[in-house]
Amino acid sequence: MTEGEPLFRLDWVLQHLDMLWQRIGEHILVTVIAVAAGFVISFGLALAVRRYPFIYGPILAISGILYAIPSIALFVLFIPITGLSLLTAEIALVSYTLVILVRNMVTGLRGVPPEVIEAARGMGYTDRQRLWRVELPIAMPIIVAGLRIATVTTIGLVTIATLIGMGGLGYLIVNIGVQRRFPTATITGVVIVVLLSTAVDLGLQLLQRRLTPWARAHEA
Amino acid sequence: MTSSAAVVTLDHVSKRYGPAGTPPAVSDLSLTIPAGEIVVLVGPSGCGKTTTMKMINRLIEPTTGRITIDGEDVMRLPAVELRRRIGYVIQQVGLFPHLTVAENVAVVPRLLRWPETRVRDRVEELLDLVRLDPATYRDRYPSALSGGERQRVGVARALAADPPLMLMDEPFGAVDPILRDRLQNEFLRLQAQVRKTIVFVTHDVDEAIKMADRIAILQRGGILAQYDTPDAILAEPASEFVSRFVGADRGLKRLSLGRVRDLALTSPTTARVGEARADVRRRLDEAGAEYALLLDESDKPIGWIERRDLSGDDGVTPDDATPGSPTLQPESTLRDALSAMLGSSVQLGVVVDEAERVLGVVSVDAISEVLRAPAATVR
Amino acid sequence: MDFLAQVLAWFTDPANWTGNNAIPLRLWQHLSLSVVSLAVGVAIALPIGLYIGHTGRGARFAVAVSNIGRAVPSLGWLGIAYPISTGLFQRAGIGFLPAFIGLVALAIPPIVTNTYAGLRAVDDELREAARGMGMHELQLLMRVEVPVALTVILAGIRVSAVAVVATAPLAALVGGGTLGAYILQGLALSDEVRVFAAAVMVALLAILTELAFAWLQRRAVSPGLAAAGDASWVEPPQLPAGPAIVPS
Repeated sequence: MTEGEPLFRLDWVLQHLDMLWQRIGEHILVTVIAVAAGFVISFGLALAVRRYPFIYGPILAISGILYAIPSIALFVLFIPITGLSLLTAEIALVSYTLVILVRNMVTGLRGVPPEVIEAARGMGYTDRQRLWRVELPIAMPIIVAGLRIATVTTIGLVTIATLIGMGGLGYLIVNIGVQRRFPTATITGVVIVVLLSTAVDLGLQLLQRRLTPWARAHEA
Repeated sequence: MTSSAAVVTLDHVSKRYGPAGTPPAVSDLSLTIPAGEIVVLVGPSGCGKTTTMKMINRLIEPTTGRITIDGEDVMRLPAVELRRRIGYVIQQVGLFPHLTVAENVAVVPRLLRWPETRVRDRVEELLDLVRLDPATYRDRYPSALSGGERQRVGVARALAADPPLMLMDEPFGAVDPILRDRLQNEFLRLQAQVRKTIVFVTHDVDEAIKMADRIAILQRGGILAQYDTPDAILAEPASEFVSRFVGADRGLKRLSLGRVRDLALTSPTTARVGEARADVRRRLDEAGAEYALLLDESDKPIGWIERRDLSGDDGVTPDDATPGSPTLQPESTLRDALSAMLGSSVQLGVVVDEAERVLGVVSVDAISEVLRAPAATVR
Repeated sequence: MDFLAQVLAWFTDPANWTGNNAIPLRLWQHLSLSVVSLAVGVAIALPIGLYIGHTGRGARFAVAVSNIGRAVPSLGWLGIAYPISTGLFQRAGIGFLPAFIGLVALAIPPIVTNTYAGLRAVDDELREAARGMGMHELQLLMRVEVPVALTVILAGIRVSAVAVVATAPLAALVGGGTLGAYILQGLALSDEVRVFAAAVMVALLAILTELAFAWLQRRAVSPGLAAAGDASWVEPPQLPAGPAIVPS
């Protein structure tokens, strides 16, 4: 920080709104790709576990190991193969979403009371109908809970993607704020990340309530 | 084991949870609990029985009134010191899961900073007392114990510092009826040895009648409805409330006052695993009986064998026996004995000792004799 | 294969073992920064968690701390710590100090959250039994509540420790050295070998931390509780124990 530089300059923020929006856009894009891809893969895995329960242990173990690798390391480990690219960043981000999403999806599906499944069978639902009309709706609150955590975690992790040149809000925090010793940019970046996480978390929570009106009675 | 027992008095004790004016949980309760007796506080939920008990060790502090133990006001001692001198057993037992059985039993002695050798000796003594082999159980964790074993450890833990007074809050409430009966009997046997003053809370009238030297029946708001011996309460309920609370089957309940040990036991015809069937048949003929009781090598009963199942010549096997009804102990009440017998195929109750060896059998007839007798002879 | 050979060559190059960019120096910076930050984080967070968990007072505070911990990214803690540190200490606030402040802040939320949640999960009957036997509140806390909740409390410290070790490389951004220095140098110089080698070391450190805490947990937690909650080493480090993950 240069001498006399104030901690926060609102005028800078106002002058650079266009750039901020651009960074927010980049950030959201990287996040959405990661969460969407993670969701699709996890859903596939959860359905596979539903049919072949014995694969759950290995899946948890592998995704757990991926999760244990520090994000900074995971972001750069694939550079030798995939270069400084969006794909490198997404591989890391998707890996992190898997363990959260798979775990919650499987727990949600397994939490469906056996008598409900029995009743659905007795009424003549096919396996597929039972999944879509009975099990998934009942598992929805836990699945969406997982989605909330996965999304908020991803929004935080995307900040690190700036190290491999992916821009986003991390660019404000690191490339402008820290490297050019300009705290305004750092603070702006962190505040926007927090606001973004909070907004997305609340949004998904509302979505969950809309999707599962019957669960509202259980909430304290 | 010798130890002293304390007299507890409650003198116009009230407890109000809300501000003045709200209905009290306990109102103006006066009670003297004689040394060495089991006093059962019983009543419907909301009658203040648990509150009353917890005021004695100050887990709840009375709003007004005075509680003394051997003449000493409980409010004059620091609460923790008071509690270390009072044994405490709760329904869920509350064994500490991270401590072994021995460490659980040693909690209060260690709080009192007893020397380690004394603690160790005391733990052994107590485990023996509650019939848990120290070598087997000392180093186990509560998660490896059955419900009955946990309960026994709980009792041992409460007795650890040899307190003159024990408070027991529905101690047998969380176990199944058969186990409860056993634990109750064990506890009565134990009490015959240690002679503590015991304040026992339950909502179960039958348990109260079985366990109590005296029963205090409380009604909603902590009002004492009657305080007397079980016999007197059953014979002369003091109020409409008491007679409704103890139930219409008071005559039958009086059976709970009598014990199996009061009956004359008869010896059954017995058979042993491996014995020739012809021998057993012969003995049944001699005794003029239809059933033989099959015993294992340590005299524990396996079940009843009917004469017609004894055809052939080979040895008797455990599979030949119909597993019998639950066994009875000398401390079992006549009421429990009757219901066990009615559930048995042969209408006989097998009475066993602490090691489950057969002492004899009792018949339904013997109990009807007692039913016909006037009230005074029951006890 | 060729690439891995280069990585191996980097590790064995004597130039990387001396001077002010040596592997031992970077490792030392990484470990000392992590240990000091975690220690201070524990010293701050544990008493707070114990107080809130034991008394039940300030539960909202615990929830708020946990939510903030979740919402602020690890990079954010360092980013914020940097201007604060330089603002307070001028030139002296560059390097170790901002990294330290950021990592301490990062370490606090999981410890507060888990300590609070662990103590709250202790059965009330145990508290009643302990008080009924005449334990003081402090004895109840230290002899019953903490040992029973130890798995969850240690899990919180473990999550913090792994997060600190994993985030310490970002200290390089604020002049704090650590293994992250190699990553930044490598990215700036397009030296993929150096980046990869550093990433491997960081990953190993994180996994070793994880394993060390798993071992500690097995050693410290009473065997009587083993059946109740055995957190295996594949347990994801930044998640609360338990089957499903539900935001609080």
